[in-house]
Amino acid sequence: MYAVRLWSVRRAGWLESLYNGFEGILIRLDPLWRRIGYGRLEAPVAAVERGVKGLLFDCRMCGQCVLSSTGMSCPMNCPKSLRNGPCGGVRADGNCEVKPAMKCVWVQAWTGARAMRGGAAIVRVQKPVDHRLEGRSSWLKAARDKAGAPAP
Amino acid sequence: MTAERPSDRLVDPGDPLPPLPGHSSRGRLERVLRAGKFAVTAELNPPDSADPREVYDRALVLAEVCDAINATDASGANTHMSSVGICSLLTRAGYAVIMQISCRDRNRIAIQGDVLGAAAMGVANVLCLTGDGVQVGDQPGAKPVFDLDSMSLLETIRIMRDDGRFLSGRRITVPPQVFIGAAVNPFAPPQDDRPAHMGKKVAAGAQFVQTQYCFDVPLLERFMARVRELGLHEKCFVLVGVGPLASARAARWMRAHVPGVHVPDAVVARLEGAADQKLEGKRLCIELIQRIREIDGVAGVHVMAYRQEELVSEIIAASGIMRDRRPRASARRPTKERIA
Repeated sequence: MYAVRLWSVRRAGWLESLYNGFEGILIRLDPLWRRIGYGRLEAPVAAVERGVKGLLFDCRMCGQCVLSSTGMSCPMNCPKSLRNGPCGGVRADGNCEVKPAMKCVWVQAWTGARAMRGGAAIVRVQKPVDHRLEGRSSWLKAARDKAGAPAP
Repeated sequence: MTAERPSDRLVDPGDPLPPLPGHSSRGRLERVLRAGKFAVTAELNPPDSADPREVYDRALVLAEVCDAINATDASGANTHMSSVGICSLLTRAGYAVIMQISCRDRNRIAIQGDVLGAAAMGVANVLCLTGDGVQVGDQPGAKPVFDLDSMSLLETIRIMRDDGRFLSGRRITVPPQVFIGAAVNPFAPPQDDRPAHMGKKVAAGAQFVQTQYCFDVPLLERFMARVRELGLHEKCFVLVGVGPLASARAARWMRAHVPGVHVPDAVVARLEGAADQKLEGKRLCIELIQRIREIDGVAGVHVMAYRQEELVSEIIAASGIMRDRRPRASARRPTKERIA
């Protein structure tokens, strides 16, 4: 939801701490996830993730979440799906070139990043989207990658 | 050195210069910039036609006064002759070109292939762009691609050139030796973050940038001050976009319809108050160039004279920026002699 999405950017610092704690738990529980099987967890966890992040960020389930590097403003809501910063078409009022009623996702991102301890990550160059991961859980991917579990 | 091959007689390499250490390309634009000269690039309005003469007519006019010609890639999301097609024509005639690549219309598979093809034709410079949204152009129902963004496109071409690999990791036998450029818009929000965003482009691979139209010198000065603080002007050449406004009406239209163009009210008022608005637009452009030239860290100007190419040579001559040297966009030798 658009209003919630803007709220989330205003609470970027707080959401950052919340997520970092949550991710820590996910990583520590890696042995449990392995026992259940990451594959079997994929569908239910993705469904929960879609619900929670959909509400907070208008998440599009790209499957390779970069919210921690984009000021808690989801770049997939950019009509050009830019993952690395604003285009040159941002309107004088800071709204989107393509959707004039929407605040530019990247103007929002830079604002959110200033409120985050790890906000400097916004200058990291993001790789192009891997479209194979669309619809999959970024939470499980983070747990698996950071705990060193084998890729699916 | 590779052995001679029967295919050698078919090759028209464009007009490459001998390789130089520290240079990425064999093109003339990079030479001009690295020699510390104030460079001039100019945009060629692509024809809505399959007639090559329409490209050459425009190139002849522009090449007299610039160091490289930008071949636009469906700018404003309007269909025109493609940048690859224009570059093919221009490199065959020995012109120095900057091939613009927009992420709007092609995915990573098509773009990487185009970069190889372009380099094979002698394109020495590429400009990596996101691209205007399809909604502003003549085909608003088109599917916007945006598989890469301008940043990942910069990085992709840098990897192709420096690592000799595609994005997939697969090897390229002869990498494309191109000088890599990007666009920046110091005049659009978030203005305070634009210098850092440019820094990100430099980190991704940008060796030169061309800016959106500048009609607001104080805003550009603020941007450049921060660029200098970040030391970006030492890693990347900044060419500032300029162009003549045909009238106050044209200025208003541009402000309303061309994404990211900022025309201050004072500029519109000045045109409005002039007896000859077109002449005033030209004067304003000359003044802007002279003021921009004085800004520390600016390496050149990029002239975009939409449907007013005939004015470009007058503007450059009157501004005095080419007074002490020869423009480098056209071939050193006539085409026929070069190919023979």
